[in-house]
Amino acid sequence: MAITRPAPTGPDTAHEPPRDTEGPEPAAPSAPAVEAPSAPEKPSESRSPLILTMLLLTLVLLQGPLRGALDAPVMQSWMTVFVAVLVQALPFLVLGVLLSAAIAVFVPPAFFARALPGRPALAVPVAGMAGALLPGCECASVPVAGALVRRGVTPAAALAFLLSAPAINPIVLTATAVAFPRNPEMVVGRFVASLLVSCVMGWLWQRLGRTDWLRTPRRSHYEGPSKGAAFWNSVRHDVMHAGGFLVLGAMAAATLKAVAPASWLRTAAENPLVAILALAVLAVLLSICSEADAFVAASLTQFSLTAKLAFLVVGPMIDLKLFAMQAGTFGRGFALRFAPATFVLAILGAVLTGAVLL
Amino acid sequence: MNRQAQAAVLFLTGAALLHAGVTDLYLRYVKAGLQPLLLASGAVLIVAALATVWYEWRGRRHRTDSHDAEDAHGDHDHGHTHREPRISWLLVLPLLALILVAPPALGSYSAMRTGTALQQPYGYGKLPATGPLDLNVVDYATRAVYDHGRNLKGREIKVTGFVALDRSGAPYLVRMALNCCAADAQPVKIALTGTIPPVLQPDKWLEITGSYIPRQTRDPVNGGPVPYLKVASATPVATPKDPYDESWNT
Repeated sequence: MAITRPAPTGPDTAHEPPRDTEGPEPAAPSAPAVEAPSAPEKPSESRSPLILTMLLLTLVLLQGPLRGALDAPVMQSWMTVFVAVLVQALPFLVLGVLLSAAIAVFVPPAFFARALPGRPALAVPVAGMAGALLPGCECASVPVAGALVRRGVTPAAALAFLLSAPAINPIVLTATAVAFPRNPEMVVGRFVASLLVSCVMGWLWQRLGRTDWLRTPRRSHYEGPSKGAAFWNSVRHDVMHAGGFLVLGAMAAATLKAVAPASWLRTAAENPLVAILALAVLAVLLSICSEADAFVAASLTQFSLTAKLAFLVVGPMIDLKLFAMQAGTFGRGFALRFAPATFVLAILGAVLTGAVLL
Repeated sequence: MNRQAQAAVLFLTGAALLHAGVTDLYLRYVKAGLQPLLLASGAVLIVAALATVWYEWRGRRHRTDSHDAEDAHGDHDHGHTHREPRISWLLVLPLLALILVAPPALGSYSAMRTGTALQQPYGYGKLPATGPLDLNVVDYATRAVYDHGRNLKGREIKVTGFVALDRSGAPYLVRMALNCCAADAQPVKIALTGTIPPVLQPDKWLEITGSYIPRQTRDPVNGGPVPYLKVASATPVATPKDPYDESWNT
């Protein structure tokens, strides 16, 4: 989604050495015997098709031994969860990428200037409510929010949208109602708390945010010879970029699911405050799609409703795969400040709403 | 990764999604309802790959026409290619996992690490009055635990699930229940007693014929209720088309 570096200005810049704006990539957690293909050091970009072909060929030739190495139950369950998270998230990522490319290429910036109130303080809640219109989970909202910023929407409003969209759209709220048939107040609580937190985050950014924290995605990518070229260029770039970060997040989530012991949850449930914190942390680590998290929350029977609400409010706003994707879209400096603030505010919002409603 | 390589990765990813969506492979990872979305996104990725190649080819031809001299010094990258971040290389991993390995659906390893997800149902469907009862694991367990086996007593019962053994070697019949994808799959367990086959291999699917007994145990992981089933006979069966129980989705 985002530009990771200023767009080259002319043919000459094609020779500049790759600037490592992504930082070192975390090593694959408990990586399978497959060599992480993030490693290739290529002297020239034009060799990458060759490298890709060689890599694929080697792995196809080695598939017998590889399968043997991956036969251990823990490895298999890691891979199943890893593939499952991706297979489940990719369609939504593609949906978000198509939407964001359409916004970037076909919707004139003037549209947003007219649709949103001029005063940022008002634009934030309006954008937060607009989140209800994006049917999907968090993978779709990151690229769309990036496109909004690029189209001149004030960042505070775009961020409110980013946070609210995965939690308050009709699909997610319906799933929550189905998962908590005896506690319809959970649906109300989720809606209120999520909207509240996204608006507060938006206003907070308005007050304290600095533009140099946000790597404003402004680049020439969207100026192709034709609108079609610009559209597909944006789709390609966003899928490759956000997809890479999604893979990173999926690896982390699979590692947690396959390796971490489940029994510590029982101990955590005994103290009400610890319970809330534990489920908030769990929401971050598990990185479950917001369309499914209500069912997981419902199954954590030992925990209080407020703790479950914290799980439902934190999860769609910040988790491992979202953090990776936000860092990719808006820059690491942004994600490092934005994520902890979101986490703390989401817990506070959930506790407050829980105290009033549940 | 330059644009040709990106187009290749996009194409392969799209093809892998289409392949998984057309065969039953996707059912190992996600719920059945996701199939149309999977197919659509696979198609979009393939179109994106083709569009990338097409515009690249057109752009290159255009450039050769206008900058002949510049093209002479080597076939390195064309003018305005942006270096894509190396993170894109990670996309090769799931591709390999899906095409080469195609990991199996979650089995006994995950089942025994997670507590039973049995929940009280809103109501019970009607059972046929006579003949053997064909129940799934979730249905048997909920009726046995929350309905106290009211309509199960004295009936011949058939249940299909996979075998899992706990630390002490006690056998369970398990089915993973799924809401969205395998990351949120949770087991529902039935403890087995009676004439248990002498050799039980974890992850093997069995159709068990047996009867209800009013006995329960606690799941060692989360303390959830686990009903017993008295086994009369067990026959190995093939893994079902959809290995997960999706009855909670409806």
